[in-house]
Amino acid sequence: MLRDALAVARKDLKIEWATRVTALQVVPFAVVVLLLFGFALGPDPQRLEPAAPGAFWLAVLLAAVLGITRAMSIESSAGAIDGLRLAGFDSAGVFLGKLLALGGELVFLEFILSVVTAIVFGVSLAGYLWLVSATIYATLGIVAVGLLYGALLVSSRVRETLLPLLFFPVIAPVLIAGTKVWQAALSHHPSGASSWLEMLVVFGVIYLAIGTVAFGPLLEDA
Amino acid sequence: MNPAIELRDVVVFAGGFPLLSGVTLTVEPGEVIHLAGANGAGKTSLLRTLAGLAPIRSGVARVLGFDLNLERQSVRQEIGFIAHETLLYEDLDARENLRFFLRNIDDATEVSARAMQRVGLLGRLAQTPIGQLSTGQRRRAALALLVARAPGLLLLDEPHAGLDAEGRALLDGLVREFAAAGATVLISSHEEGYVTPLIDRIVTMAGGCVVPSASLGFLGGTDAS
Amino acid sequence: MEKFHYSRADKVQRLLGLGAIASLAATVWLGLVTTPPDEFMGNLVRLIYIHPPLAWDAFIAYGMNFLASLAYLWPRTRDLRWDQLAGATAEVGVLFTGLLLVTGSLWGRPAWGTWWTWDPLLTTTALLFVLYLGYLALRRVPDDRELRARRSAIAALVAFVDVPVVYFAVLWWKSLHQAPTVLNPTTNKTYIHGSMAWTLLLGFIAFTLTYAWMVMIRYRIGAGEERTHEDEVNASLLARQGEGR
Repeated sequence: MLRDALAVARKDLKIEWATRVTALQVVPFAVVVLLLFGFALGPDPQRLEPAAPGAFWLAVLLAAVLGITRAMSIESSAGAIDGLRLAGFDSAGVFLGKLLALGGELVFLEFILSVVTAIVFGVSLAGYLWLVSATIYATLGIVAVGLLYGALLVSSRVRETLLPLLFFPVIAPVLIAGTKVWQAALSHHPSGASSWLEMLVVFGVIYLAIGTVAFGPLLEDA
Repeated sequence: MNPAIELRDVVVFAGGFPLLSGVTLTVEPGEVIHLAGANGAGKTSLLRTLAGLAPIRSGVARVLGFDLNLERQSVRQEIGFIAHETLLYEDLDARENLRFFLRNIDDATEVSARAMQRVGLLGRLAQTPIGQLSTGQRRRAALALLVARAPGLLLLDEPHAGLDAEGRALLDGLVREFAAAGATVLISSHEEGYVTPLIDRIVTMAGGCVVPSASLGFLGGTDAS
Repeated sequence: MEKFHYSRADKVQRLLGLGAIASLAATVWLGLVTTPPDEFMGNLVRLIYIHPPLAWDAFIAYGMNFLASLAYLWPRTRDLRWDQLAGATAEVGVLFTGLLLVTGSLWGRPAWGTWWTWDPLLTTTALLFVLYLGYLALRRVPDDRELRARRSAIAALVAFVDVPVVYFAVLWWKSLHQAPTVLNPTTNKTYIHGSMAWTLLLGFIAFTLTYAWMVMIRYRIGAGEERTHEDEVNASLLARQGEGR
């Protein structure tokens, strides 16, 4: 299972390296979303600064939907998913591998986005340990839920429209908790953030477990 | 010896539509079979079912000793499947695809290099993303995986479509090689002229069934085993 | 003419229907005529006879959806009828959640001076509504019957697990700003006494019966559709075999 996971992760990252879809399409999209937030809120730093954590996480979630769609379309185009099945890949391994690759891509995106947020919204990043750990666990939850729903819809023609409707309500706690941790860390009061971080961990672990078990049955006859 | 394929009244559905409406078919090991029939007769569905890629609603199905109702997953690794699509990652080149799908083989690099040489995917072609290759070259990439995996049952869905003379010669050579090595081969095709020299007998499909007719084709199943 | 035969299910359904209508009528009578208006809220207080029962219905509807989905996923109890039940109860649940939001809003406007407040329960309910709306949309995506059932059951599981997380997230998120105002037991207690309590109790019974009645009807419609579908499938199988003759 782990071997399959690593092979799938390496394969997905290789595809990303060859096509640069995340780097050259999804990341710029997320940056545009941040800029649009700035336009919506106005140039007043008094309003921009407190809104920065929320804007960051919302941009991440919007970009994540694109990333998830892309990750699943890699498998569904040209019947590659049949190729995977014929090669006897372990489905939990496929899930974990895709989780690893997409998670890595999202962390990359979040890194760039946090820098852009700091610049555009005029906040100085602080409490790095909190920021980083919140980001990692939030990403785990986002990717686990996203791939689960991605597998749910992999064979359907309405994937692009139905995925956001299913994904966003479920992921709402991550948005709330991620924003809270960032707010606490940026305001130099990280003590209030620990229960939010716990929530992110719990969320990520729950959906990691469900995804690992459910991914196979979902992909089986898709 | 047990038959390679043994189907009795196999029914397969997809979204309420009966793809296979009761297929009964026995294929001995080593037979090379031409699967004939009009568009929509169920040829592709039959091949997908045999590959363990479609759930069976009713009927008895054994492929290479595996019961498709119970262990559909296990039969898959024994099968070489050439479909309309490549079943490969089109953003990666042939070399990377082969190495990925051959992850369980120890000397995957060497095996895939040999396979690509065999199908004539060399130099620049081996390092071009599959999606940018021509139809014939894509088919070669899919064939390379087939060669590398050396399966016991080959399911070829319209393999001649879009191939030039050289490609057809390569394909025919491969089919003969596999048959000589004892593999069972099913070729679905509309191009009788290309297929006839390769095969032992014809199985004709219509309406999701095998047309029961002993007079079609010629019997050659016994000498192959 | 042949006499129409009532099956046992028909009888149960009629009984449920009669009970639901009778108890609903009694709730309306008690709620609108017998009980007094509230000294602070006026006639608005009468919403209390339907709002909590609606919430209760939504709660059992989603609980039932979760249990039926689990029963479908569990190999030993796997049966497409569980999937039917899950779909039926989720539809009724979404309807009641919608009504819950509307009645809550109607209450909120005069009581708190706003149609909407970011109260934890209210916010969770709204998310719940969207969550199961998505679930119903997913159920409508056509596909192989078994695959659809499996997919829906997993989606139901994901949604249900999410509900408590959402609730706590919103609760903590909100509590940093102000204390919750809706379900404050100490203030609610002072409002409810005597005939009001009985009416509310009757409301709970009436809405539970209504829920059961609606789910039963929906389930049986679904089962009928399933039989029709089964007939169509058999017909198409015969037609397909005919092509080959």
